[in-house]
Amino acid sequence: MRRHLLLLAFMGAASHGFAEVGGDPERGEELFRQCSSCHQVGQGAVDRIGPQLNHIFDRAAGEAEGFRYSAGFERAAAGGLVWTYDTLDSFIENPRVLVSNTRMSFRGIAEQQDRDDLLAYLRLFSSSPANIPEAAPTAAAVDHAVAPEVLAIVGDPAYGEYLSGECTACHQASGAATGIPSITNWPTEDFVVAMHAYKEGVRAHPVMQMMAGRLSNEEIAALAAYFESIR
Amino acid sequence: MKFDRRTFIGSAAATTGLLAAPMVRAQGKPRVVVIGGGAGGATAARYLAKDSQGALDVTLVEPTRTYYTCFFSNLYLGGFRDMGSLGHSYGTLASDYGINVIHDWAVGVDRDAKTVTLAGGSSLPYDRLILSPGIDFVDGAVEGWDVSAQNAMPHAYKGGSQTELLKAQIMAMPQGGTFAMVAPPNPYRCPPGPYERISMVAHALKEVNPTAKILIADPKESFSKQGLFEEGWNRHYAGMVERIGPDFGGANVSVDPQAMTLTIDGDVNDVDVCNVIPAMKAGRIAEIAGITDGNWAPVNAADMSSKMDPNIHVLGDAAAQGDMPKSGFSANSQAKVCANAVRGALTGSTVFPARFANTCWSLIDTNDGVKVGATYEATDEKIAKVDGFVSATGESDELRAATYQESIGWYDGIVADMFG
Ligand SMILES: Cc1cc2nc3c(=O)[nH]c(=O)nc-3n(C[C@H](O)[C@H](O)[C@H](O)COP(=O)(O)OP(=O)(O)OC[C@H]3O[C@@H](n4cnc5c(N)ncnc54)[C@H](O)[C@@H]3O)c2cc1C
Repeated sequence: MRRHLLLLAFMGAASHGFAEVGGDPERGEELFRQCSSCHQVGQGAVDRIGPQLNHIFDRAAGEAEGFRYSAGFERAAAGGLVWTYDTLDSFIENPRVLVSNTRMSFRGIAEQQDRDDLLAYLRLFSSSPANIPEAAPTAAAVDHAVAPEVLAIVGDPAYGEYLSGECTACHQASGAATGIPSITNWPTEDFVVAMHAYKEGVRAHPVMQMMAGRLSNEEIAALAAYFESIR
Repeated sequence: MKFDRRTFIGSAAATTGLLAAPMVRAQGKPRVVVIGGGAGGATAARYLAKDSQGALDVTLVEPTRTYYTCFFSNLYLGGFRDMGSLGHSYGTLASDYGINVIHDWAVGVDRDAKTVTLAGGSSLPYDRLILSPGIDFVDGAVEGWDVSAQNAMPHAYKGGSQTELLKAQIMAMPQGGTFAMVAPPNPYRCPPGPYERISMVAHALKEVNPTAKILIADPKESFSKQGLFEEGWNRHYAGMVERIGPDFGGANVSVDPQAMTLTIDGDVNDVDVCNVIPAMKAGRIAEIAGITDGNWAPVNAADMSSKMDPNIHVLGDAAAQGDMPKSGFSANSQAKVCANAVRGALTGSTVFPARFANTCWSLIDTNDGVKVGATYEATDEKIAKVDGFVSATGESDELRAATYQESIGWYDGIVADMFG
């Protein structure tokens, strides 16, 4: 069901016509204070710890000129991540959904209204905000977070070990990483969040979308339990 | 829905009978013999030994001491890898996993006595036999060519010396000379392999012999990742590559290894290098074991067991399994399903349902990587495709470069998964 909603949102974004929850830019400016220790936006904004955020909408991820991104970010960028309302929304909700090991150590903003306000503020600094909804809120919020009951599933590590054979055709069990990231020693929750993001198509990589796409919630939990057990 | 392992096992068992009373042996451990230490066999042996933790006696029979991968051998032709980086030894499988590695050829299988005969004369008893012998060539597939001509006209479709020979011949071509390939009919090992090879040969020639020509005689209407390869050839090697498909006689070829000619539909072409990739069949030992039907060995998808003998499993290129392409990735994936099922049958460990996947990366030019992949499941009839993807034409340079980097990671990953 969630996947369904997400798809709708993407389709809407593509055709400019979808309704989203409207935001209040003034409130967004206040909320931006928590971002401003790392990011600047507006006239004269420059890269600091994080890249400047002018014209963020429709920008391909990882493209702020001169800014040095983390490896995880560059991977997401090469995979074709573009900042739309929807991807920004999920990133602000929980950065790890889209990019693992990003240097952006930010726990995320849980409230949809807060995110809408913040994005409404940021859009003031984007020249072509074609994909930003003008309409009053009608559609339900898109829920990117992994539901607590899904996160709470306790997986079977023996099954996870068997399933991990599908991972180790590419990802090295030793944790060595050459061109394909390591998947050992991850915090379990990050692992589960990332797998669900692939499963739902929020993360861009086609192999991972395909592999995660047929894993049930229980199977993702089983993999997490196995990788946890070998830490 | 709650996870119910019993449902899974029940359905797997229903199709395969895997949960039938595990064989408990009075003396000694159950014995598994694996023939062929390639993508399928090495993976199967390693997973059996690793997961059974000493409960199984695992023997691997492989004549060569160093396995040279076919995967990335095209990159060697293109100058992106050296031969040494493609060679892998069986040392770790013996020392760290306790696998009994025997460097010999299997020359006979007695299915009633359940023994394998080696060229050296000894005989190995088994409770389960796993065959992953790769491919051999169909006799008479290309008129004028047989394996005795493989020095004049290499196939380079088994790893190692054949690949080195082909590279030496490419490098020795006269300026403006012709590299010819006789492409194989379906089904064959590595569907994009011949076309990745064309790309890599073109890359090498562009550097040292830019006026050289490449001629392909192809019996197939279409081929794997065709749009991507053709886009790449136009972009990087414009005017260099000519492919003659079946409409123009690409299926009607003969060669003369002495005269170095390739005749396509009656037209005689003088060529400087001729890479003949004939039609393929399962490695000979599968036929000797009497488990082939036509060119390949049919298997049950749930556990890769032979349709002719429940105590024999066939992996990789040699198997007729359904929808999976014959690739190293596929063989590795099938090996893990098979190892899980064989271990379950012999030790009573849990058997999880079969699931398969494949992804094949190809390199077209420097930092221009593409890929194709799919997931598969076991049905009663075959290994059936579930879902898949392929790189798109017109992708950004960054994405292509990232895809190439990823392929390097995959290579390191799969050889670690095979050899430990
Ligand atoms: C040019 C080229 C490029 C390729 N690129 C890729 C790629 O990028 N990705 C990919 O996934 N796949 C690729 N492949 C395909 C891949 O190499 C094969 O599909 C894979 O090796 C099949 O594994 P296998 O176990 O069936 O056979 P093999 O790996 O060939 O192993 C068979 C082994 O059995 C041994 N053997 C044979 N007969 C006997 C006997 N009687 N007794 C004892 N031992 C025996 C052989 O010595 C050999 O070591 C490529 C192939 C080629 C030719």
